Amino acid sequence: MAAALRKLLPADCVLSRDEELRPYECDGLSVFRQQPMLVVLPRTEAELRAVLRECSRLQVPVVARGAGTGLSGGAMPHAAGVLLSLARFNRILGIDPVARTARVQPGVRNLAVSEAAAAYGLYYAPDPSSQIACSIGGNVAENSGGVHCLKYGLTLHNVLGLRGCTIDGETIELGGGALDTPGLDLLALSIGSEGLLLVVTEVLLKLVPKPALAQVVMASFDDVGKAGEAVAAIIAAGIIPSGLEMMDRKATAAVEPFVKAGYDLGAAAILLAESDGTPEEVAEEVAAIERVLTTHGATAIAVSASDAERLRFWSGRKNAFPAAGRISPDYYCMDGTIPRNRLGHMLKAIEQMEHKYGLACMNVFHAGDGNLHPLILFDANTAGEWERADRFGADILELCVQLGGTITGEHGVGVEKLNSMCVQFSPAERAAFFAVKRAFDPPGLLNPGKAIPTLARCAEYGRMHVRHGQLSHPELPRF
Amino acid sequence: MDPALQQLRQRVMDANAAGTPLCLRGAGTKEFYGERCEGALLDMRAYHGVVDYEPSELVITARCGTPLSEVERLLAEHQQFLAFEPPAFGGDPTIGGVIAAGLSGPRRFQAGAARDFVLGAVLLDARGELLHFGGKVIKNVAGFDLARLLCGSLGILGAITEISIKVLPLPRREQTLCFEVAAPEALTLFNRWGGQPLPISATAWNSGQAWVRLSGAPSAVHAARARLGGELLDDAGAQALWRSLRDQTHPFFSQARALWRVSVPSSAAPLATAAAQLIEWGGALRWCAGDLPADGMRKLARSAGGSALHWRGGANGARFDALAPAALEIHRRLKSRFDPRGIFNPGRMVAGL
Repeated sequence: MAAALRKLLPADCVLSRDEELRPYECDGLSVFRQQPMLVVLPRTEAELRAVLRECSRLQVPVVARGAGTGLSGGAMPHAAGVLLSLARFNRILGIDPVARTARVQPGVRNLAVSEAAAAYGLYYAPDPSSQIACSIGGNVAENSGGVHCLKYGLTLHNVLGLRGCTIDGETIELGGGALDTPGLDLLALSIGSEGLLLVVTEVLLKLVPKPALAQVVMASFDDVGKAGEAVAAIIAAGIIPSGLEMMDRKATAAVEPFVKAGYDLGAAAILLAESDGTPEEVAEEVAAIERVLTTHGATAIAVSASDAERLRFWSGRKNAFPAAGRISPDYYCMDGTIPRNRLGHMLKAIEQMEHKYGLACMNVFHAGDGNLHPLILFDANTAGEWERADRFGADILELCVQLGGTITGEHGVGVEKLNSMCVQFSPAERAAFFAVKRAFDPPGLLNPGKAIPTLARCAEYGRMHVRHGQLSHPELPRF
Repeated sequence: MDPALQQLRQRVMDANAAGTPLCLRGAGTKEFYGERCEGALLDMRAYHGVVDYEPSELVITARCGTPLSEVERLLAEHQQFLAFEPPAFGGDPTIGGVIAAGLSGPRRFQAGAARDFVLGAVLLDARGELLHFGGKVIKNVAGFDLARLLCGSLGILGAITEISIKVLPLPRREQTLCFEVAAPEALTLFNRWGGQPLPISATAWNSGQAWVRLSGAPSAVHAARARLGGELLDDAGAQALWRSLRDQTHPFFSQARALWRVSVPSSAAPLATAAAQLIEWGGALRWCAGDLPADGMRKLARSAGGSALHWRGGANGARFDALAPAALEIHRRLKSRFDPRGIFNPGRMVAGL
């Protein structure tokens, strides 16, 4: 395989020595590791097409990788496969300030798009916490969110078009600068497809005007349930904040010594609600948010007085993951989503699970979207702790499904949540996913074994498919 | 299982066993749209009703046959609405039909399209299985996004029986401004204003007049109005105007000639055609009316970076632009996996599918 690829690409584009392969053995979820057979770094679409054709001819699996910041093992290599790095597709091809679009290659960093658009008063809205490092191609693969997606949407809502290659090396264009395209919405289907359908080579992004002003309201609560109710009350009052986040006491205690954001460490939970828009709009909305928070039992409220203070309020939330790394040798980040009104229920259940598994869990949420990021703290060097953390996480996800939610809001299934997919989807639904996979990738070579569990895997996992808390055929005895 | 759903299932399973095609239909308000379907009518209206609506969750779940008017009335009681402003075309479409067609109204350019608001769908497939995709939460990346694939699928993959849609609070104030300008100037203004942080929720141009709708907090609408100038329409007149554009009851749409829906980037230059035009979506949607040759329209749209759809009236012929070979092949494979005997709306989107 290496010899075949070296005929197609320059020597420095094909890596095969052990020490060259090692850096690629995992993505941001480092508990899952696998060294690839080869790493390939094409520089052009023509080279990429040639690589895919060769892999197709020799029936070799291909795993595409962006910046490797993913949290579900979606870019974990295949032992007998090619790890296809898009790192050299790193150019912003053009910014059109009149049409408010950016055409970029997939290896471009998320934040680099907003930096390049800033000169025109525009920016790219989705802002995953990893935005200084994560790539647009990876964002497309995972349909990444961020703290502002309640108002500005996910990657799906901000990508206008894709250009990509199928496994047989054919080029395909989906969507584009016009809003209607004939046929089925293959663009929507491709976003969040975790590298199983095609390899993206170009992305057309929507840019939006930078709001004139943004302010954050920070509120303290003496009870996590009350904070959850306040979130629902803000939405019910007809307010869509541009960000609405919650952190529990364990999370604020972990981040405060690290970033000195000024969080109320006496509070059981804090809420951060951001308002953006014209100065008039922000003034009205901030006043309305303050009213709702006060009515719903906030014990203290602070409003950012400057942009520096706004960023300081956010800094703790954005640094929650590294802060977890400071207080615990390892942490395991979950990503379920539940209806907002079940937040209190979920938090109580997590507290019980902490006792059951003997592990602590700190909680940060995209509260406005009901998207939870419980961070389970453990030490991989202590025998049995990772296994306990893994079961703890699976329990949280199963409860998400029972409460009418989902096992992953924005991190993807990858290899990590394959078992939990058996709980959320019926065999017929999983068969439909495989049908989609085969429609794009008949030989099944793109990122095989990820995102959709096989029937055999679900049978082995042994947990039953649950829908809204109801097992199918509850009358049958279970093992 | 609900008897109405059971009946739909039985019809589908019988049709699949016999290999006889079905034409899925709600209230029939969009019969004119897309290609004609040949097959036995499957009326989806018997399975109706709102299943779940919790205003603070910003999600409504309804069965396919629920009338759009019922959904909108319920949302309005809680000061919420469907922000993609689905067109009713003068009738009362079903919510299933709204999603299967995937069409959006004047707010599409600012708020997003129907597919952007779809959170989940239940699909009745050719074997009679009910498949749940997506869900009722705003963020959900478990499994491929089949719920959104179904939006605009024109029923060719199966019958949508239930939909969960994201809803938004109604804007607290709306005002519409009118400007006397020619089309090229209107396009320049729309694109310039679109790049600024202004609360613009819809734009349109026809016969020398451009309209700009402002939506949001009263103070923001007020400030934007002062900045943009123009003539203020009275509230009733403004509402009637946007309703007529949304439902195509505006006189422009009642011309007897062929009507083309040309979708291009908003910044595309004015189309070089003698046809009468109506512009929406900040310049991204250009309706052309006239006795226009199909290949000329398609070439014009392509050269402007978009596509042309033969909307209604005029001569027979393909409605949509042809799909590129690689995309068509994927369509064929999807169709053959989801509907191997070809019973669902054959030919409604593309001949042979």
